[in-house]
Formats: sequence, C-alpha cells, structure tokens
Amino acid sequence: MATTLTPVLTDIWDKDRSWTLRTYEANGGYRGLRRALAMQAGDVVTMVKDSGLRGRGGAGFPTGMKWGFLPAPDGGPRYLVVNADESEPGTCKDIPLMIASPQHLIEGMIITSYAIGCRHAFVYVRGEVLHVYRRLLKSIEEAYAAGYLGTNILGSGFDLDITLHSGAGAYICGEETALLDSLEGLRGQPRLKPPFPAVAGLYARPTVVNNVESIASVPGIVVGGADWFKQMGTERSTGHGLFSLSGHVTRPGQYEAPLGITLRELLDMAGGIREGHELKFWTPGGSSTPIFTAEHLDVPLDYESVGAAGSMLGTRALQIFDETTSVVRAVTRWTEFYKHESCGKCTPCREGTYWLLQVLQRLEAGRGTSADIDLLLDLCDNILGRAFCALGDGATSPITSAIQYFRDEFEAGTHTPADVLFPPERSSLFAYTPRRSGAQLAGVHA
Amino acid sequence: MSVEQVPEARTPGQTHRTGYDDETRARLAADAAQIRARYPQERSALLPMLHLVQSEDGYVSPRGIAFCAAELGLTTAEVSAVATFYTQYKRHPNGTYTVGVCTNTLCAIMGGDAIWEELSDHLGVGHDETTDDGAITLERVECNAACDYAPVVMVNWEFFDNQTPDSAVALADELQAGRPVTPTRGADSVCTFKEMSRVLAGFGDGRADEGVGAGEPTLRGIALARQEGWEAPPFPGGAEAGKPVAERPVASEASTTTPARGTRTTKAVGGSHAPKPGAEQSSAERPATTAGDVSPEQQQTKQQSDDAKES
Repeated sequence: MATTLTPVLTDIWDKDRSWTLRTYEANGGYRGLRRALAMQAGDVVTMVKDSGLRGRGGAGFPTGMKWGFLPAPDGGPRYLVVNADESEPGTCKDIPLMIASPQHLIEGMIITSYAIGCRHAFVYVRGEVLHVYRRLLKSIEEAYAAGYLGTNILGSGFDLDITLHSGAGAYICGEETALLDSLEGLRGQPRLKPPFPAVAGLYARPTVVNNVESIASVPGIVVGGADWFKQMGTERSTGHGLFSLSGHVTRPGQYEAPLGITLRELLDMAGGIREGHELKFWTPGGSSTPIFTAEHLDVPLDYESVGAAGSMLGTRALQIFDETTSVVRAVTRWTEFYKHESCGKCTPCREGTYWLLQVLQRLEAGRGTSADIDLLLDLCDNILGRAFCALGDGATSPITSAIQYFRDEFEAGTHTPADVLFPPERSSLFAYTPRRSGAQLAGVHA
Repeated sequence: MSVEQVPEARTPGQTHRTGYDDETRARLAADAAQIRARYPQERSALLPMLHLVQSEDGYVSPRGIAFCAAELGLTTAEVSAVATFYTQYKRHPNGTYTVGVCTNTLCAIMGGDAIWEELSDHLGVGHDETTDDGAITLERVECNAACDYAPVVMVNWEFFDNQTPDSAVALADELQAGRPVTPTRGADSVCTFKEMSRVLAGFGDGRADEGVGAGEPTLRGIALARQEGWEAPPFPGGAEAGKPVAERPVASEASTTTPARGTRTTKAVGGSHAPKPGAEQSSAERPATTAGDVSPEQQQTKQQSDDAKES
C-alpha cells in the first residue's frame, strides 16, 4: 500500500475520556498555544500560510491567506467565527471531532484569535447535535478554568472570550455570509460579496470564518512547523485530512490520511465494497460535488487532481453506492434536499430547485418524457453560476454528473420506475419488504 | 432540517396567547439577560432566546414571540420572520420527543426509507405530526452528519446509530411507555424536548461527561493505524514538541515494511532534521515566495472567485 494513515486529530480519539482537557493536555495539548504566544502574531499567520493549509470546509481556500486579508487594525473589534454547521449531505467529520476532542478546536481558536488580533470568537454549531453542544460548552468552561481563555491568557497579556452559538436547522447557514446573518439574529440568507467577511463580516467588522477541521489543524502546525505539515499530502494540497467513508462499504468510518490518497487505497483499508457487490458511483466531497464512478478509483484525493477529473474535493465525504443503487433515486433525493434548503433569496435557486424536483420525481416514478433529460440540463444551465451563493451550483452537480455517467438510467425513467429497475430492498443494509412501490404509483408504465 | 410537508393532523395544545405570569416572565427575563450578555450586539441573542421559549412552552408560542420582541426591541413580525426560517423552531406544540428519521440519500438508501415507512405506520402519524399521547413528534430529517452510522435516527437530537425498522419501533415503544432510552452516542438518557431546548439556549445541564467519546466507525481509522503501526510524521524535537514518548504505541511488525508516511510527498523533510520554527531556515524566516505572498490584487481576485464557491 502506497499511502498510510496519518493520525493527528484522531490520535487521541481512542483515549479514555478523550474529550476532557486533562486527556488533551496529557497528549500534548496546548503546547501549540504556548509556542504561539511566544511568537509575534504575524509570524503565526506566516507559519500557517507557509504550511499550505487549505480550508477543510469544502472550498479549499488557503487558510493563512484568508487571515492575511484582514485590513490593518483600526482599534475596533475583529472576529473569528468557526463554521461548525456541518450539514452537507455525506459530511460527517466535524461532528465526531467535536464529540471526541473538542479541545483541538478550542486551542486552534485561541491560537487563531491571537494571530489575527481577535478578542471575541464564536462557534456556530448546528442545533441538531445536542451532545456536541454539551461537549463544546464544557470544553470552553474547562479552558476558562485553566487560564486558556479570559483575560491575560497564560500571562501573555492576550485576552479572549469564546461564545458558543446554536443554529436552529438550516443548511444554508453553512454558507459563511448566511452564517453571519444567522449569528446576528436574522434569517440565514447569504450576503452579496464583496464586501467579503474579511472586510465587513460579523457586525460589519473584519471577520475570519473558518471550518472546524481547519482550525483544529492549527495547533499541530504551530507545534510541528510548516515543514512538518508539508511532509504530508501533495505539493499544493498539503497536510492531513479526515476522509469519511459511508454507504456500501464494509467498514465505514473516519480515516485520517494525507491529502492525495486514493479511494482505492481507502477502500482497501475499509475492507472494500460490501461483500458480493461492486462500486457503482460515489461522491468525493459531499452531495454538492459531481459524482465519480469506478473509473475514478485512482484519482488522488487532493484539490487539484479531483478538480482536474471533473469534481471537487469538497469535504472528503466519500459516499459509496454499489450496483444495487438507482442513481435516479439518489439524485432525486438530493434534489429534494436542495429544494427544501434553498433559502429563497434568489430566483434561479428558489425556482430552479423546485422545477428540478418536479422533473426528477416523474423520472423516478417512470413517468418522464423524452424531453426531460434536456429539460434538466437546461434548468441546471440556468442555475449554475447564476445563483446568489454556492447552494444553487451545488444542486446542479449531482444531476449533471449523473446524467453524464448514467444517462441510460434517466432515459429508462420515461417508462420504468426506478424501484422496479433497482428494488430498494437490495440496497438497504437489512432485509425488508417495501410497503409502497413506485410501480404501483406509476401505474400503466410498469 | 426536516422536510416540509403540510401536516394533516395537529395535536391540540395550549395556544399560549395570554402572556406569561409575572413569576415566569421574571425568570425568563433573567435568562434572556444572560443570553444577551454573550454578544456584542443584543439582536444576536434572538436564536438562543427562541430555543429558550421552546424550553418553556414546547414550541415557539405567540407569547414567546411577544416576549422576544419586547426583550430585544423588535416587532413581533421581525421575530416571527426569523422563527419561521429555521426548522427546529416548532410552530405548534411539539411532543416530548422529536423522533427524526434521516431520509437524505445515503441513509435513505441504506434503509432509512424503510425505517420511515415502518415508524410512520406504527405510530399512525406523518411528518411533523404528533402522536395522540403527546409523546412523539415524528420527522423526516436531513443529513445529520453521522453517515458512517447509517441508517440514523435522532431522538431529541441525540444519535441512535445503525438502526433497523425493528429497532426504531422498539425505541418508539419505549418512548411512548415513558421509559428512559439511551443514545448510541450521547448522554446516558435522552432528555425531554423542553430540557434539550434549554441546553441549546446555552444553559448546560451538566451531562457533557456522560456517554462515549466515539463510536466504532469514528475510531476505525485510528484503530487501523494502531494495528499497522502507522503514525503521522513526528514533530521536530520529538517528545519536546509533541506528546510524551510513553504515550506512543509500539510500532508493529508491519511498520518496518511500510514506506514512509504520506509517501506521495516528493520533498519530505526528515522529521528530526526539520528546522525549528523561528530558528535559522525555519518557515518563519523564509522569503516571500508562496502563493500567499503574491500581490493583494491577485489575492483579492482569487478570493472573489473562490469564495463564490465556498460553502
């Protein structure tokens, strides 16, 4: 095997009471903060820039560069907001990280705040993960009690408060400007950019918004240095990342590996596709990234290679589906999600996702028309690049890519229901007998 | 993020149109003051305050909306506009337990659709409807970030992993019988909808140390790494910079035959030979050569295109 796992964040997940400050400190925690506080703030920014760390929330924007966009201090407040609204379908890395080792995030936030001159940082965590909220609240309390938060942190003269903020159920709040509006007590709808958050973010002040895993990776970079981080990954996609395998795989789970590992290698580690089946399609980074097939097993999972192969690395949410799965059913369900989560602010996304779903539902029911595939592609063409934020773009990705690789299944949707072609009980992980069949719903065409 | 449908049957409940009594109002006002104190600007308190209202009334009641408006100097229309945007804010009295079946693509295909059918038939309610005994409000929920545990059911937003139709029905029966249930990953028992809402408003219930740190799928990568003796590159300076040496597991036989970690790296620097940050040749002193050091104009252009795609 060419590539091995590189546990950094996961390295304490299997320790006793891994979520406590005591365990975190016993395993090297908060050395990064001590080292950072002994450095000039600008040098910390430089170090993270040099490490090549890129945003782990999906877009892959260089983290240190994002910090560097903040204008020069003007005496007013500057904010760090951590995006812990993990909601992209298939993405399941930040939530387990925050349950197992929330102090990685807290230490990263303190270091980052020091680096960018922030005195009040926020964690925006989605509201649908109660125990994560408890663990974060407790870890913030522990950090205050230990002198890592509050005034004059570790005698450095640096002050920082962290506020934990719960969302209330809205995928769109993972978009950074919608998140900021939500944090300001408004409906979570994206803002027009520019101005970017770095210039006018939370309360119209300079703001850095970073993903949980990005910030949690900072303490290691500060301890090990930029060159340590760059020993992992590829030249332009450096470092370690959590790869989340789910679906029809023998041992789904979290695998922390250098960027550039391949699905073939990860599947070897995870015991392969479930027994007796073969890979049909997969997402490299959540439902908003165009799907891949078995022909992409050897694409290095780094930002450049995945992009060159026609998709996006996204959040490394590897949702694996075997040959029993109807791609039309999968794509229709994702489209239901986008239609439901569209915030309604812009017309292409609000109306487009609605109509996409109308067409897909009749294809899934085997009642599509011969013009439906072209209609879908035309709708996607009118959404992609014309929506206010990335939600609209993301909604088109599964559709256009699925038609590209599995056009015949969409064509079959003009005469045969998806659940006749692909009985859902063959895809499920347990045996059962479906009660309602699409064939009955579809009637004469079945 | 539950999937919207127009409910056909709603549980009759209190309408809460009359406002809080003095004692309740004083108690909620004290809580609201604590919430406001967390933020530089008080309007930020609105989302947690709506959770607070749900902790009192079991949904976002008309009197709760009026309370938030009065506390924050907003109109009731402004508060309602926010409350109706987010699916966790319930517009009619919720059951003691929200049971959410993930029916997003991954869970649905792994069996979530079957679980939904079974539970909906068993309980006799549809999406966002509540059983007659007021115990369970059933929901179809969107991806809850536990795909490696699919199919997933959430009870008051605690994880019940790797469910089947049978296990989900048994779970619902326990809830309806008033017996405590234990999530796979979460507190030792599931609290009520109102208790949960109070935690989400930012008032801890002292239960953070209950439950596990991780389930089996979460630990599969690290377990494999331990078995194979795989580690990330050591920090420069070894134990001095990183964790204590004693904490490191003994590398197994396999590690001796395994190529260097992250072998795709072509210019890996030997861990012990890497310069210390701040020392000569360290990254902190290197000249401006990376993409991060290019002109501000280029950075701005790059960010505009990249941020447009950011989620």
